[in-house]
Amino acid sequence: MTDSRDTPGVKSDGISAASDPALRVQALEALLVEKGLVDPAALDALVESYESRIGPHIGAALVARAWTDPAFKQRLADNAAAAMAELGHPPDYGANLVTVENTPSVHNLVVCTLCSCYPWRVLGLPPAWYKSAPYRSRAVIEPRKVLKEFGVELADDIAVRVWDSTAELRYLVLPQRPPATDGLDEAGLAALVTRDSMIGAGLAHSPDQRSGAAP
Amino acid sequence: MNGIHDMGGMHGLGPVDPTDPGHAAWELRMRALSDATDALEQWTLDRFRYFRECLPAVDYLTRSYYEQWLMTYAALLVDSGLVTEAEWQSGRSAGPAPSNIQVFAADRIDAALADGGWGRRTNGAAARFRPGDRVTVVNRHPDGHTRAPRYVRGHTGIVERDHGVFVLPDTNAHGLGESCQHVYGVRFAARELWGDAASPRDSVSLDLWDDYLRLA
Repeated sequence: MTDSRDTPGVKSDGISAASDPALRVQALEALLVEKGLVDPAALDALVESYESRIGPHIGAALVARAWTDPAFKQRLADNAAAAMAELGHPPDYGANLVTVENTPSVHNLVVCTLCSCYPWRVLGLPPAWYKSAPYRSRAVIEPRKVLKEFGVELADDIAVRVWDSTAELRYLVLPQRPPATDGLDEAGLAALVTRDSMIGAGLAHSPDQRSGAAP
Repeated sequence: MNGIHDMGGMHGLGPVDPTDPGHAAWELRMRALSDATDALEQWTLDRFRYFRECLPAVDYLTRSYYEQWLMTYAALLVDSGLVTEAEWQSGRSAGPAPSNIQVFAADRIDAALADGGWGRRTNGAAARFRPGDRVTVVNRHPDGHTRAPRYVRGHTGIVERDHGVFVLPDTNAHGLGESCQHVYGVRFAARELWGDAASPRDSVSLDLWDDYLRLA
């Protein structure tokens, strides 16, 4: 593609001179409702689904099952959609999902350098830092420094694998299972799986960290 | 396009702030407006990404994420003809939407959420590469939309996985057809991309369309 005849003139003005984006979004919604292009009830339901239906609890349940069932972990790696269907998700829910596993010798880190692609179906809406220019620019060239800023220090002999989500595949990191968790059931294990650990920017909590509020 | 959005490997954009403030109500509302208007099927995800890339670079770097979306959706709405420039400027409707528009209703959310296979197709061009092949990313600098970042162009990696057939963003974003073809997971040694300062153990993997690659 070399001829971008349709280059849009994206303007920063419009929808009044209001500079507060909250007011401008409100004005855009009002315009679209007045034109009959959106249904406010559908917007309410969408917001409700971002806030309470999708979220890292979905990914954490997958990780906990993978920790306790090696055959499930393998099925998840081979065909995430089929493995997710076993947990009651719709057949195509995980159609573009790829899981990558942390081991004692490999640490995985996920980024989208070109925009902000994120496995929101299993992790919810992305945190601000994931969409930020510093993370997008640096995760591929200096992942170890970036990880250090998240408090994750990796020994030199651990390989870092960065996954840049340039297409429609979405990556979920399976963090390592923390020690001293043999007595926990799946729900107890899932509570240790942080959102950041499933992006690769953190580690799963140990049982004594569990009450912490870290993401 | 070689735009500000193509950030991989840039320096000088500051430290990462790992705290997460969560979402303001207006940000969730903007996100909902995006889903509800995407569902009108007047543009594709590829076109959305292209339009966001066309934001002025200063706005891309200084406006908040969902404010960028607001600007991008305004451009998509005007480009598609659903909203006029005058309506966007004034915030006042000059008339109802075309009658053939199927407004997104709350009862379609479950179906929209269930379909996680965006961009996948069952048929497309035959795969030219296989796992294990050494491939080089073609050194091409289109001024339109593409998903081959600058930092891999001209570099050589190994095909690790064939992900199946997908729509090609380079044509789809511009309304030039889907050009369905295979997408591969390609792994590059960090030193191939960044030189000897990188760890010999590290690597970066990208998902790249068949057209982006040639055998090394």
